[in-house]
Amino acid sequence: MAHAGTLSIRQLSKQYEVKGERLDVLEEISLDIAPGAFVSIVGSSGCGKSTLLRLIIGLEQDYQGEILLDNERIRGTNLNRGIVFQEHRLFPWLTVAGNIGLGLLNSGLTEGQRRFSVQEHIELVGLKGFETAYPYQLSGGMAQRVAIARALVNRPEVLLLDEPFGALDAMTRTHLQQELQRIWQAEGITMILVTHDVEEAVYLGDQVVVMEPRPGRIRRIVPVDLPHPRNRVSASFTHVKEAVLREFAAQGTATESFPGGARPAPEVASGFSAGWRFAF
Amino acid sequence: MIAIHSGAGTAGFTGSSGHFVPKSLRGWVLPAALLILWWSAAHWAWSQSPLLVPVEKVWATAVDQATSGELWDALRSSLWRDLVGFTIGAGAGLIFGSVLGLSRLAEQIAGPSFHTLKQISLFAWIPLLSVWFGLGDAAKVAFLSLAAFFPVVLNTFEGIRSAPRDLIEVARVFEFNRWQLLRRVILPSALPSMFTGLHLGLIYAWLATLGGEYLLVSGKGIGNTMIDGREHFWMDLVIFGVIVVGLVGFSLNWLATQLENRLLVWRGRSVAQFQ
Repeated sequence: MAHAGTLSIRQLSKQYEVKGERLDVLEEISLDIAPGAFVSIVGSSGCGKSTLLRLIIGLEQDYQGEILLDNERIRGTNLNRGIVFQEHRLFPWLTVAGNIGLGLLNSGLTEGQRRFSVQEHIELVGLKGFETAYPYQLSGGMAQRVAIARALVNRPEVLLLDEPFGALDAMTRTHLQQELQRIWQAEGITMILVTHDVEEAVYLGDQVVVMEPRPGRIRRIVPVDLPHPRNRVSASFTHVKEAVLREFAAQGTATESFPGGARPAPEVASGFSAGWRFAF
Repeated sequence: MIAIHSGAGTAGFTGSSGHFVPKSLRGWVLPAALLILWWSAAHWAWSQSPLLVPVEKVWATAVDQATSGELWDALRSSLWRDLVGFTIGAGAGLIFGSVLGLSRLAEQIAGPSFHTLKQISLFAWIPLLSVWFGLGDAAKVAFLSLAAFFPVVLNTFEGIRSAPRDLIEVARVFEFNRWQLLRRVILPSALPSMFTGLHLGLIYAWLATLGGEYLLVSGKGIGNTMIDGREHFWMDLVIFGVIVVGLVGFSLNWLATQLENRLLVWRGRSVAQFQ
């Protein structure tokens, strides 16, 4: 079992520069995540939740405040942090095994150890028998399983998940949520999930962090004190879900003044989301 | 009611009611029809023009060319030049295109000159090449390597520049060094485009092989065979030459497509089809 990381975020703020104008994306985010915890982050498009993950993984820099993993400041990317994006981002020219093996290129393991680890993770995500399949031969759900295996193969302390099931159909999504739950318990590592599916957030998280946009701030942290596996239709589950939804409703009235009632555009993981252009 | 028949669009003149020609043979329908038309035109003497030679005469010329060895001599010279020129042009193109794609500095320095040069018609180089290299093989090889060079450079450059940002980010997450990034992300993602360039280069080189023989007249080659035919008004030889040139082009294209499909299986169904 991998070592689970303690993540603390202190007074984190982040701005982008758009055509010479400063745009606040995140403002004074402070969050402590215990080792081995599962934290869900929910919020509408443009609340900076994807940017937060990109800062933690190290793909974005230039921020104020601190992001500490086991009391050390995060600098750039590192194999002790893994990420699963909304799109699977598999390399189309590599097989399933090849894609997962990619994560181990710089792990310092021997060829034999690598092969063992790849096989182990293929089995962990339930894809035994698909080792030599190419991405174009996989369904969306299977491709996302490969992406999860690839992110876990280095045994990271923290796994970040950026709306990993957002593009999947409801059935596959429910199934993969259960799978992720099982993997989290098996691996015992810290996981942070960004989603805009409140049920998903409550189903998986020990805590649900509700964010609000412009600039991105934490609105409330809702604890989920329910034993796993959770029953989605139980009264206590619904109760927590409603508590989270109430936060959304409250912030909904505050942002009703959108010009022309613009729909929130789907958020893209990199750089500026379409939502930003809409909003400004 | 509207019924959409999926095959109707591509089935062509076999109509949508019945596919009486098997799919694999449909490409032969048009050539066969032309052959029949030609044969009838000569057989029933629709025209008295000496330009109309009977099919049988062309066939006899073909047999004669093949048995006397003249065909193979000519083909060998043409194909050898094609191969040498293509190898030089494509090789230089891959290197130059990669450098241009990988280095912003190289693009800034050499890019504008390259984009100006590529606007010059290939045939405009002929006078210069003949002065530098004479009218022999060297000039022809230089000419057709130039023909292969441009498409290879352009497509290699494009391929390298269009490496997906998403995958480069994955590479950063896994802490790839520059070499790993190049070998594991940029080159594989550029490969389909590079193949497109090589494929085009191969076709252009073959076209230029013929062009070179016409414009730098000397020596042997399938183009020279046709020039010979024209000068002596042997229409049978000219038509035979046209058919051979077409068949060689078709075979080169087929070979390249096969190779491409085999090497790029990961794309699933191939998108690069040139026929």
